[in-house]
Amino acid sequence: MAPSPSSPSSRSLRRPSRGGDGDGGSRPSRPSRSCWATPMGVVVLAMLGSLAVLAVAGPLWWGHAADRPDPSAVLQGPTGRHPLGTDHLGRDLLARLLASTWPSLLPAVAATLLGAAAGITLGALTAVVGGRARRLLGAFVNLLLAFPALLIAMFFAALFGAGARGAVFALAVACAPGFARLTQTLAAGVAGTDFMAAARVLGLRRHRLLLRHVLPHVAEPLLLNVTVAVGSALVALSGLSFLGLGAQSPSYDWGLLLSQGLERVYTEPLPAVAPGIAIVYAGVAFQLLGEVLAKTATRHAAPRHAEGPAPPPAPAGRRPASPDHVLEVEDLRVALPAGDRTIRPVRGVSLALRRGEMVGLVGESGSGKSLTALALADLLPDGARATWNAHWFLGADVGSLTRGERHRQLATGMAMVFQNPASAFNPALRIETQLTEAVRAHHGTPRDQAVEQALVQLRRVALPGERRLLRSRPFQLSGGQRQRVAIAAASMLRPDLVIADEPTTALDVTVQRQIMDLLRRLRRDDATAILFISHDIALVADTCDRVLVMYGGTIVESLPARRLADGARHPYTRMLVASVLDLTAERDGTPPTVEGPPPDAVGTDPGCPFLDRCPQRLDRCAVEGPVPTLLAPGHEVACWRPLPLAAPPGQPETEEAET
Amino acid sequence: MPTLSARFGDLARRHPWAVFCGRRAVRLTVLLLLVVTASFAMIRLVPGDPVRAALGVDAPPDLVAAKRRELGLDRELTAQYWWYLRRLAHGDLGVSLVTGEPVAELIRSRLPATLRLAVLAFACVLTVAIPGGMLAGVLTRGGRRPRTELTLTATTSVVAGVPDFVLAAGLTAGLAVGLRAFPVAGDLGPQSYVLPVLALALAPTAVLLRIVRVETLRVLTADHVRAARAKRLPAATLYLRHVAPNALTASLTIAGSLLPALIAGTVLVEKVFAWPGIGSAMAQSVVAQDYAVVEASVLVLGSAVLVANFLVDLALALLDPRSVIRET
Repeated sequence: MAPSPSSPSSRSLRRPSRGGDGDGGSRPSRPSRSCWATPMGVVVLAMLGSLAVLAVAGPLWWGHAADRPDPSAVLQGPTGRHPLGTDHLGRDLLARLLASTWPSLLPAVAATLLGAAAGITLGALTAVVGGRARRLLGAFVNLLLAFPALLIAMFFAALFGAGARGAVFALAVACAPGFARLTQTLAAGVAGTDFMAAARVLGLRRHRLLLRHVLPHVAEPLLLNVTVAVGSALVALSGLSFLGLGAQSPSYDWGLLLSQGLERVYTEPLPAVAPGIAIVYAGVAFQLLGEVLAKTATRHAAPRHAEGPAPPPAPAGRRPASPDHVLEVEDLRVALPAGDRTIRPVRGVSLALRRGEMVGLVGESGSGKSLTALALADLLPDGARATWNAHWFLGADVGSLTRGERHRQLATGMAMVFQNPASAFNPALRIETQLTEAVRAHHGTPRDQAVEQALVQLRRVALPGERRLLRSRPFQLSGGQRQRVAIAAASMLRPDLVIADEPTTALDVTVQRQIMDLLRRLRRDDATAILFISHDIALVADTCDRVLVMYGGTIVESLPARRLADGARHPYTRMLVASVLDLTAERDGTPPTVEGPPPDAVGTDPGCPFLDRCPQRLDRCAVEGPVPTLLAPGHEVACWRPLPLAAPPGQPETEEAET
Repeated sequence: MPTLSARFGDLARRHPWAVFCGRRAVRLTVLLLLVVTASFAMIRLVPGDPVRAALGVDAPPDLVAAKRRELGLDRELTAQYWWYLRRLAHGDLGVSLVTGEPVAELIRSRLPATLRLAVLAFACVLTVAIPGGMLAGVLTRGGRRPRTELTLTATTSVVAGVPDFVLAAGLTAGLAVGLRAFPVAGDLGPQSYVLPVLALALAPTAVLLRIVRVETLRVLTADHVRAARAKRLPAATLYLRHVAPNALTASLTIAGSLLPALIAGTVLVEKVFAWPGIGSAMAQSVVAQDYAVVEASVLVLGSAVLVANFLVDLALALLDPRSVIRET
């Protein structure tokens, strides 16, 4: 909900689901036809069709029977001749019910159209009049909206005098403010646009502005609301007739029939229930129509929950975990359902972290690094599924753990620091709660002790202010303060592994450096392993022990951080390094740019993901994905043709040329 | 002008609560004046002669004239308005055109029954829709249980589409007349409340339940909930502490806007159940064209709506202090 700066990693999370639409931008304009082909669309069309037929044919077929009194059959119950019985003049109630479809529907439509016309005019005026008039109009509409429409309708119906015409006008008055408010809101969006400013500069007349520029841009949502309003107008009009304020005898509508039926409900329930069903039927028809139209307007492919978060097939005991490894994962894959396809943003990531090691995971947005982190932390979005060949955490095979064991292991062994400190804290809770709840839940620490521990951790991240800070809420802190609190919260349980997912991206440069220092100190003091995810290769080169470069859902190169500047062998790593000309100076947080299109997220191509952008691809690269090969101790590259250690083409003057 | 608004902005920053309450009080006062004026205008704007309409066409002319004098209808309009306001300040609402009884007495005897109905119904809406909507949101998050979601959407849209007076008629026919489970009409003790409260509460419950579900779904995808999940808190803590408060503020705003409609709905429902409240009095006097009672009912119901709005706004501000700052 917080408007976060569209950051690389959040984009990388969202892109797959959007990419699943397949044909991209053309999609939203087309699905209108398919919406009517859904069961709901068919039902709505059938309901509206039956109402239309009844409205037209009702008076013709049943009009005569409805008005024919029969003194011999007064106030009868349901019989074969009169399925709903007869009224006090012996007229057939079923005929009256069917014949009154038209007089029940027409006033509702008329009242809605009248009210909508008045309200929309009033609301659209606010977009073209000046500041003071706009405020006055807004306040006026606000005042009217304070009253429920039904109350306004009753007031005006009493004022205009009982009768169908008075009721229609009363209802029009009652529903106008709602339309005015909606139009105001929509038009406010239009009023601020460039073309409105241009039109005003051109000196276009107000009614011109209104008709040519404001209304066309707000037409669609208004139309949708008119549809829904017809349904509620129908119900309200029936209510007015029911009260005796609408249709007057000898004319009649459903509301009046209901009112008359209710007088004898003690002996015969059907004459009261049948008009009620008719009112509900018509009201629901229009409401459903609105829902179908709304779906048409804002249709999005809901993620299908194809295969639940099933336990991944783990070949048990394939390889024991190295004793000094906190985390070890081999061939991690993540599949996300998108529409009717499955995309694979992570396709075979292997990594290992030793105790106290700080490893950087680098890649551009969409490379799958955030999903890798979420998969490691068991926090994948709904519907996503992770599989692996081997996954060891804290010496235990993750695949063989029960849910409860895995939960406990993650609760105390792993902590996360998220990218956007503005949205990673619950805005409604105090900092104290958010700092202490984990340690209280998992260690059973009493509250005052937990608070003491929290104060210690806050001092460690150089946040004085102490108890006052604990009592504050997230919105009272700055971004840098919040990220410090997040690190303090992560270290409360002294976890073995902290996954920091772009923790500095949303912060400015000086704060970035402080946060990095904190993470380094955490690693040194507590021997916590840190998986540091970033798109900023310079930052990673500075702070981490090892660097994993990710591209298209796979790790293309893994090497010691100090070798990054001069020892990178994968063409992509080389391009990333080259894009940051000076590894120590440039650090403004802009993602490194590498020419060419980003990799396709579906991930069905057999070849190397970097193929399209690679300057020196081989024929082999298109048909066979490269496998990671060890080039030197601690240096692995997944490339069929790793670059030589000599100067890369086009980069002769950089320092790596000298070594 | 700029200095004034700057000073106001400064005041708003330093005393957000005072400014918030002040604004709301001004708004309430303006709206109450609007209601009073509308109710004053009513009897004077109706086409024809309301006094003659109420007394019948064959009423003697001197009786009509006496009644007009009694109502103050023979004076100048501004004088009438002041007289009306003064009377109102003393709690005098005039006398019924038909029975000649003081209207204030009628309102006083009937208002509690209406308020009991509205408050009970609103309480039912909140107690069912909020936990129900949250549970539905948790169960159907991320496209889980599509069949439950479909059933829920279908049921709630049908229930929300049933107008309260139709539902009231159906309940009367089915449960009171058919099964004889509840009294048909009137206030005869606790079981009399069941059907009117049900009729009033069912549709708003369906509406609110859907809104709470959608709000819960929105909060469940929020970053801070993922951060809370990363802490591996027990499910109850996660949902009650990290999801509920955030889903509630938006939902309660909607719930607050349902309350006025619910008060207005009592008019129709009371008519069905012959409930001894303001609504049925209003319905009867509309038919009898007793405008003195109608205008008093409009005044009372309108004011009740406004006061309810005001209280809901205050409650929301207490729940979510940020809204006070946002608004000022």
